[in-house]
Amino acid sequence: MRDRLIFAGQLAFTLVVAAFLVVPAGLSMAAGVTVSYFRGIQSGLTLNWVAQVWELYAGTILLSFVIAFATLVVTLAAGVPAAYALHVRGGRLSRAIEEIITLPLAVPGLAIALALLLTYGGFGDFRRSWLFILTGHVIFTMPFMVRSVMAVFATVDIRTLDEGAASLGASAPRRFRDVIVPNAMPGILAGSLMVVTLSLGEFNLTWMLHTPLTKTLPIGLADSYASMRLEVASAYTLIFFVMIIPLLVAMQMLADGKGSR
Amino acid sequence: MSNAVGHGASVRIDSCGKTFADGTRALERASLDIARGETMVLLGPSGCGKTTMLRIIAGLEVPDAPGLVLFDGEDMTSVPIERRNVGMVFQSYALFPNMSVADNIGYGLKIRGVPGAERAKRIAELVELTNISGLEKRRIDQLSGGQRQRVALARAVAIRPKILLLDEPLTALDAALRERLRGELNRLLRALGITTIYVTHDQAEAMELGDRIVVMSKGRIAQIGAPRDIYFAPTSRFVAEFIGAANIVEAPIADGHMVLPGGRQPVDGITDASQVIAMIRPETIAVVDAASAGVAGVVVQVSFVGDRQRLTVSGVSDKPIMVDAPNTLSVRIGERVGLSIAPKAVRLLPADN
Repeated sequence: MRDRLIFAGQLAFTLVVAAFLVVPAGLSMAAGVTVSYFRGIQSGLTLNWVAQVWELYAGTILLSFVIAFATLVVTLAAGVPAAYALHVRGGRLSRAIEEIITLPLAVPGLAIALALLLTYGGFGDFRRSWLFILTGHVIFTMPFMVRSVMAVFATVDIRTLDEGAASLGASAPRRFRDVIVPNAMPGILAGSLMVVTLSLGEFNLTWMLHTPLTKTLPIGLADSYASMRLEVASAYTLIFFVMIIPLLVAMQMLADGKGSR
Repeated sequence: MSNAVGHGASVRIDSCGKTFADGTRALERASLDIARGETMVLLGPSGCGKTTMLRIIAGLEVPDAPGLVLFDGEDMTSVPIERRNVGMVFQSYALFPNMSVADNIGYGLKIRGVPGAERAKRIAELVELTNISGLEKRRIDQLSGGQRQRVALARAVAIRPKILLLDEPLTALDAALRERLRGELNRLLRALGITTIYVTHDQAEAMELGDRIVVMSKGRIAQIGAPRDIYFAPTSRFVAEFIGAANIVEAPIADGHMVLPGGRQPVDGITDASQVIAMIRPETIAVVDAASAGVAGVVVQVSFVGDRQRLTVSGVSDKPIMVDAPNTLSVRIGERVGLSIAPKAVRLLPADN
């Protein structure tokens, strides 16, 4: 009896905390399909706001996904070999490089953006293209990829596996493909998940780096909050959720499937 | 013992030393010749340089200049491991967790472009040879330690290497399994007849498997020889004490006898010396009646270990003497016993340097 009471109490507490976090998100999304937020849900439901957001900001949404996946491609292509090299070489230099890669976690995004602007602001075409934002996102997300891959390398003794494959005659690129990458997969997937979601939601850096023609989803969201009706901004939030939640779930499932092997 | 029709290559290591980037000297300059088809065991305590020597032969480490590694007289010093055609079994086995047992065994063949059907046939042969039938489709994490060891061995020999390198392959297993696999491994190595270099810190493994043994200590080769030579004729105190149990006795010699606190022990080959160091194996000492013996002492400890009993006898030398007596001998602590030791069982060692 007493155990049941404790269980019920814990369950209730958990639900309250969850509600505290979920209700605002739900309200915001509901506002996006309400005719008038001030009159509440009685004013009726509408998809007008969603349509309006789509009309105004479809470009930002598309660009966000383009940048997120480009960021993923770059962090995979550079981050996984880098993690491998840092792990295998070891030593003081590797430690130092690892720290430098990790630095963007501690430095405010605005400061990184400022540094990029100071350095590359003069290169007009680069400055105006979405590649400029991509650069910022790669700098910001790289530590997450490198760190999560290195964490896996530390647990599976990748160096000996590499030597084992070498003893059987496999060249370095072949070993990387057959042995290193498959065994780093849990880390690569976890890193990819973080890179994509961080890039999609990144605001600090992007806000500094964007131009009127290179707005991403979070920038558009801020824009709509600042200049549109609350319902429009809420509809934007709704779209954001609808797009990112299935993506998150899919990647998480993929990661679980691989991770449990 | 040696397999006369051995395949595989001869190995020559010519003044190979190894200093690591941090300045640690893992191996002093050493030279070693390993004949075609021979099983050479590198034996020594941890940190003696045996694994470094194996890794130099494998091509996983490059020796300091001017060291050379030659296979069949051909200079391999700067050839990386993937082009040396060696098979290697690692202490941790280094099996690929992302592949099945069969794929692990067949990996080296796949790299060499062996077609699927032929590969499957070779895998089947090795599965048979190493006694792991039925496990082909398993994942590595579904195998026991002994099964992993077999898979690692099968994978290493699948590519028909000229030289097989084993780095403490049995160390990760429990004692009973280790002993059983040691016997199996011995039969397998004899059957394959390829040049084998085997690293271990376990002297029983070294004795059973090695045609010759290289005993190493502190980055140097202490002695090279057949197991019997190493055991019966150690050339240094380190080797005598590291291999098997040994009584080290220091005493002067007069008239062809060691002058000991417990009596006079005849020795071979020397008549007078102010001080010698000698080794006497516990199993070469027989317990006899104290009154009729040349040397005698008092039993201070009796350890019954089943197939024999080890007595500790004090008063013979300045240190207590270990004696392996038959398990049927009735002896009590405090009893005075005589020790009978054949003169040739007293092995003189050079003074410590």
